[in-house]
Amino acid sequence: MVLRLWPGVSGIFTETMASNMPVAYSKGGSTMESEILGSMIEVRFHGRGGQGAVVASNILAEAGFLEGKEVSAFPFFGVERRGAPVTAYTRVSDRKIRIKSGIYAPDFVIVMDPTLVKAVNVVEGLKPEGLVLVNTKENADSLRRGLGITGEQKVATIDATGIAIKHRLGSKAAPIVNSSVLGAFARASGLVKLESLVSSIRHNVPVKLDENTAAAKEAFESVVMQ
Amino acid sequence: MSREELKKEFKTFEDLPLTPITSVPSSANQTGGWKTFRPVLDKEKCIKCHICWKFCPDVSIKAKEDEFPEFDYDHCKGCGICAYECPKDAIEMILEEESQ
Amino acid sequence: MKIMMTGNYASAYGAMAAKAEVVAAYPITPQTSIVEKIATLVSSGEMKCQYVKVESEHSAMAACISASQTGARAYTASSAHGLTLMHELLIWASGARTPVVMSNVNRAMGPPWSVWADQHDTMAQRDTGWMQVYCDSNQEVLDSIIMAYKVGERADIMLPSMIIEDAFILSHTMEPVDYPDPELVEGYLPSFDPRFRLDVDEPYGFGSLVMPNWYMEFRFKINEAMEKTRGAILEAEKEFEETFGRSYGGLMDFYKCEDADAVLVLAGTVASTAKHVADKLRSDGKKVGVARLRCFRPFPYDEVRQLAKMTNIIGVCDRSYTFGHWGPMATEVKGALYGLADVPTVKNYIMGLGGKDLTPEVLEKVFVKTLQLKDTGLDTEIEWIGVTGHGGW
Repeated sequence: MVLRLWPGVSGIFTETMASNMPVAYSKGGSTMESEILGSMIEVRFHGRGGQGAVVASNILAEAGFLEGKEVSAFPFFGVERRGAPVTAYTRVSDRKIRIKSGIYAPDFVIVMDPTLVKAVNVVEGLKPEGLVLVNTKENADSLRRGLGITGEQKVATIDATGIAIKHRLGSKAAPIVNSSVLGAFARASGLVKLESLVSSIRHNVPVKLDENTAAAKEAFESVVMQ
Repeated sequence: MSREELKKEFKTFEDLPLTPITSVPSSANQTGGWKTFRPVLDKEKCIKCHICWKFCPDVSIKAKEDEFPEFDYDHCKGCGICAYECPKDAIEMILEEESQ
Repeated sequence: MKIMMTGNYASAYGAMAAKAEVVAAYPITPQTSIVEKIATLVSSGEMKCQYVKVESEHSAMAACISASQTGARAYTASSAHGLTLMHELLIWASGARTPVVMSNVNRAMGPPWSVWADQHDTMAQRDTGWMQVYCDSNQEVLDSIIMAYKVGERADIMLPSMIIEDAFILSHTMEPVDYPDPELVEGYLPSFDPRFRLDVDEPYGFGSLVMPNWYMEFRFKINEAMEKTRGAILEAEKEFEETFGRSYGGLMDFYKCEDADAVLVLAGTVASTAKHVADKLRSDGKKVGVARLRCFRPFPYDEVRQLAKMTNIIGVCDRSYTFGHWGPMATEVKGALYGLADVPTVKNYIMGLGGKDLTPEVLEKVFVKTLQLKDTGLDTEIEWIGVTGHGGW
């Protein structure tokens, strides 16, 4: 159920979500009881300027928020240019997020454009047991060798470009892969449920809500995990 | 604090409004007494172009279309810019004490 | 109801929640999305306000002052070079006793050209007669705008406020924010009703010349009002907490300072990260605390003296610098401590200028350095943290 609660602020909210809200949060600020660390998950998105990495980081954060988790999402604090490699970040936690600095050792890395694998060191700082999800048709084993990752780190792949084109998201020359990549990520990471991801996608994408939903679901089903 | 109260004499800082406020506009300050020379119009020469009105820095010339400009001697400080700018030399600056 | 929004949107929604009636602003990175959002809300009719497009920040503030003098609730937003261009009018706003509220996104001053977080722009406005509130979450940004009108518009105060958020770290970061119930805001914040107002039907002259015999008296009255803001800010926050269930710690937000061996004084988002680090260090048995300076003006003089009773070592972390002296917060903290019988050791750190990231690791080092002063005594009055090639960085 999507509600417009009052004129001026468009937001989504459901009764089930309300019951999931941690009570402590509404106290906010300094009145919060401090908790040590908690389990905070950090995600880094790699994309190209204009490709939607920042929007993807927001959609993921809102999906976590809809499950009652603490979240924050932010772009690389820089000057963005269309086509240039960009990064965006999401934090998801079961405790209030107090850290306000950048993310340098992510649990998950999401690569939205296959060409970035050669242009940027996408696995820089990835935690030893972390996972990298790449939008590519390439085989996960060869990708693993190409990225030079070892040990416990995991690789997942999804042909998000193919799925986006199939569902007519963006153009063939510039497909919009946000929803497909996130659908695959929900499955590969288990960080958020597909249901909350879909709610968040439908709230955040301006057009083609059903096509984006279908793409996310298809990617959720077809992600390849090594 | 009312308009009337603003006109009262202030004895201490407590009597003052929060910020300087006057109950009369700044035109109440009649600057006409500052001038040594006053502009006088020669209606024979004036072509009613109102360039004097445009240049007056003290809004002391009143102009209406097709009428001669009028000087507001209560506020004119006698700077002479109107006389300098007049293309027809129709404005003469004469000594204030001789104008009486 | 909570929705996801950036710090800049929290500013825009704060202005809307407070029912700002006139907004005059000029865009500047990283503030732009505040005024973009307001323009969108106004054009769609969701926000009932007069949006005045101006050609500079100087004009933006001039328009806000005039609007406020007509009795309208006025709001603007700026950052760095825009804020400093306003400087003349900032002083005018407090002298004219107009309770304008402005969001400022803390950004470094150039050169070197920079768009990243740094408190130099607002610290340099210390003497303009504005209240300054440094925020560490998007929720605090929104709530503080509402509280600022509550305090500023009091008949015995009538002074402007700056609500301050760090560039990008808040301005462009999405967090869940509770948009307050408009009815509750209505009850909390009565409409603005100044004693005198600009009115063509009932004209007054504003801002006239005052001879030397009365000038000081007007300035004295500004300071009387500014002194009252200390209590007014606490009262407004108490009522806010009763109404909305949130509070932020008044002028200085103490976090685990009571029994601390060392406390860091910080302003803005770095204080939030410092609280996280303090928790970690406490779990390792290191007794540290955080005193988050929320208000730089009025300065929390009493709170700093209170802090001196809680701890023997204070590290003041300035994200700006006064060339030729210490950091501005350290200067004020030391000034507040003068004359106390037991003055704690105070060390000044300069850090995070121009957006240099203040990670938990950096803050942990600073906490540890500060704790060490217990054994070594004060090693140096001031230390720059993270300057490449200097001091082991």
